[in-house]
Amino acid sequence: MFITSEFTTARNLFPYTDIHKWLSYGHDGKHPGCDEYYFGRREFSFTLENDVYLRYKSFKSVSSLEHAIKSCFPYKIDIGAVYSVDPDKRHAYSQTGTNVFTPVERELVFDIDITDYDDVRYCCSGADVCSKCWPLMTVAIKVIHTSLKEDFGFKHILWVFSGRRGVHCWVCDPKARRMTNEQRSAVAEYFRVYKGNENNARKVALMGYSLHPFLARSYVDFLKGFFEGELQANQSIFSTKDKYDKILEMISDEDIQSELREKWEKSANRSSLSEEAISLVRWEQLKNTLQSKKHKAPTLRMCVEEIVFTFTYPRIDLEVSKQMNHLLKAPFCVHPKTGRVCVPIDPNNCDEFDPLAVPTLSQLIEEINSGGSKMDVDDDDDDDDTDTSLLGKSIKFFRSSFLEPLLKSCKEEIESSYKTKIGKSKDSFSW
Amino acid sequence: MEVIRSQKRTASNDVVSNPKIPLYLTAPPLEVRLEEFELFAIDRLRVLKGVSDGLARGKNPKEMDDVVDALWKEHMRHSDASEMLNKDIISHFVIRLVYCRSDELKKWFLSMETALFRHRFRLRNFEAQRAIVGEFGLPYKAVTGAELEVPFEEVPDLVAGRRVLIQKGHAFVAGSQLVSLVVTQFRSHISKALILTNRKWMTTIREREKDRLTPIVEALSTTYVGPDYSQSSEYADISLKDIDQVSKSSFPLCMRHLFEKLREDHHLKHGGRMQLGLFLKGVGLKLDDALAFWRAEFSKKVGSERFDKEYAYGIRHNYGKEGKRTDYTPYACQKIISSAPGAGDHHGCPYRHFSEDNLRAALGRMGLSSRGMEDVMDKVRNKHFQLACTLTFEAVYGTSCDVGINHPNQYFEESQKILKSKTPAAPV
Repeated sequence: MFITSEFTTARNLFPYTDIHKWLSYGHDGKHPGCDEYYFGRREFSFTLENDVYLRYKSFKSVSSLEHAIKSCFPYKIDIGAVYSVDPDKRHAYSQTGTNVFTPVERELVFDIDITDYDDVRYCCSGADVCSKCWPLMTVAIKVIHTSLKEDFGFKHILWVFSGRRGVHCWVCDPKARRMTNEQRSAVAEYFRVYKGNENNARKVALMGYSLHPFLARSYVDFLKGFFEGELQANQSIFSTKDKYDKILEMISDEDIQSELREKWEKSANRSSLSEEAISLVRWEQLKNTLQSKKHKAPTLRMCVEEIVFTFTYPRIDLEVSKQMNHLLKAPFCVHPKTGRVCVPIDPNNCDEFDPLAVPTLSQLIEEINSGGSKMDVDDDDDDDDTDTSLLGKSIKFFRSSFLEPLLKSCKEEIESSYKTKIGKSKDSFSW
Repeated sequence: MEVIRSQKRTASNDVVSNPKIPLYLTAPPLEVRLEEFELFAIDRLRVLKGVSDGLARGKNPKEMDDVVDALWKEHMRHSDASEMLNKDIISHFVIRLVYCRSDELKKWFLSMETALFRHRFRLRNFEAQRAIVGEFGLPYKAVTGAELEVPFEEVPDLVAGRRVLIQKGHAFVAGSQLVSLVVTQFRSHISKALILTNRKWMTTIREREKDRLTPIVEALSTTYVGPDYSQSSEYADISLKDIDQVSKSSFPLCMRHLFEKLREDHHLKHGGRMQLGLFLKGVGLKLDDALAFWRAEFSKKVGSERFDKEYAYGIRHNYGKEGKRTDYTPYACQKIISSAPGAGDHHGCPYRHFSEDNLRAALGRMGLSSRGMEDVMDKVRNKHFQLACTLTFEAVYGTSCDVGINHPNQYFEESQKILKSKTPAAPV
């Protein structure tokens, strides 16, 4: 937990203006088409030091948001939905009839947590994460991001490090924010492949004669290469009996299982190869065996792909995505257990992201104390290239890659829907 | 839609050549007679309950197509296509009014109307289906001869199942998948319409129509829509000497239990007397025989004098010979299931009201095998009491009962039909 002085730093480093600009989606009051109450209808929640949880907090302006955070000392700030009325005032409205308190907009969000992969990573378990298993998150980002853009046509997507062992995704297109729970559920299910629990050995069942184009593209562009390359190198998933037994159980034919098991038991001690090399050899053997025998049963047809998907395909937390009223941690919070800042991740360069190199609160404090580079996260000046502080890069990325294009498109939308409403000519108003 | 009293309905001028599926988007400007208001609704209710039954029995989509086709032909068909369309529309709007009034009713109505729509849609050809898609005003593009391009938001269940290709937010829906698209639209529209209709009902209609439509509407939601068995048919004409044998061979479990208890205790409390008494009337027991029957039993316990003084009146009342002379109809399953037997009572529905052990014992006495019993108990656990009784029927008589049991007298008649067809001469 933090001590008070650290708290103060954390609260001072939070980019209030940027967050406010983002969540206002262009409704900054400077255009007659703006809804000046829009930001005030957004729910925030605070988690205070003794685990006191305050929901339905809402703020009319960036200064009231800042003031509340600096006086409440929340160590976790969550962002909820935009409601039909100020969450603060919800009790004044009934639950039925026309004047209800109900969510009206909310980003489409995803939460991927590495603990959901514990059955396929051997280097860590639980809350730990290292350079050998983090690549699972990287490949998850690639698969989901590509699909969100190519399949669903979304344009304004923010990926954020969750601070310890996972990533969050915020899809902020207007179309996404207006999706119903049913539609969110549909997208979440579209992404769902892994259906595992301790009761089934075959946790990925790819049915049909061929893979859906989304799965096929993910397999060819990302998963296969990752499995045969980085994953094998990091995890050596065939190198010991415990490990390969788990995979053999995914093959629904007893004879094939025994054949491979025998072969590998025999070769166990005789090889001088490294763990990784052994693993690769066995994978080739498995593939060849399945290739020649796949006609034996329909469940064998895509067994190779199923194994690859089991180990590499993204496992999202469905419940987070399905409901509009689900709260999610705000970007740029500090994770209470690791001290790391929840910084954005560039999906186009996610291979470069190292969770263990993310600035921690103590590093930031030291930076301030040593009178280091100029750091003012609330500085509106985007052209300031002299900000080489630890956090500055992240803020800059947030603004240039995400916030600016988003706001530009929001303002265009506000303008055009205003014009449609009024039917006035194009040049009447400008920002 | 205007409801009028006993006047000839204005002939509709629309000529409909193909059996059209209306979308019920707006109430049509038709006039309907008050009698038709109720009758049309009852016919449609028969269809909806048939759909409900089919779904509860786990019929697959193809089987449901056939079920719906048969139900529609039986209850909703008319030689004049435009009359048929009018009845379709009118009955839907009446039932909507009836079923908008509570969350439970709304949910049932929405599910059944959507299922009905789904299967009627599936029975149409591609051209007709495409026309219906168009009627919903969906922004679709015909891509090839057999595919439509729609925004992915319109087909959430196809997206969820990864059953469509999606590109840049557009889903490519094959002809065979159109069902999903329209059903989503239909359900959404009906769901919203129910809320509006409920509001209108609560604020204006209920009060305004309290002497005319409101009583009809309020009764329709609990209406049993089968035959009432108030007149005995050829299969229901028993005499006293046959009654013991018939009780073992053809009574449903609820009545068999009451009958056995009556023989055992020489008494039944009021609920039991009503349930069994009216059943026996439906089964063909004449008033004189009924009086003799009950007197014979009760006098063993309370004496014939007390019987004449305290109980005979009630029996005569059931036959419409006393009081306001209503000829009471035997209870349907719905009514029996929803009764609340207390201590000392033996009426009600055994599938609902018996403990598992007692029910198993009773089913054993009816001759069910352990396998048959498991099937029945499974239905009981899922609260499908009438299906449990139907399964019992099927097990006892070795035959299938597709329509499902929803009235004890129906059970009796069906049973008699089967037994008489096996041994035409002998009394069963």
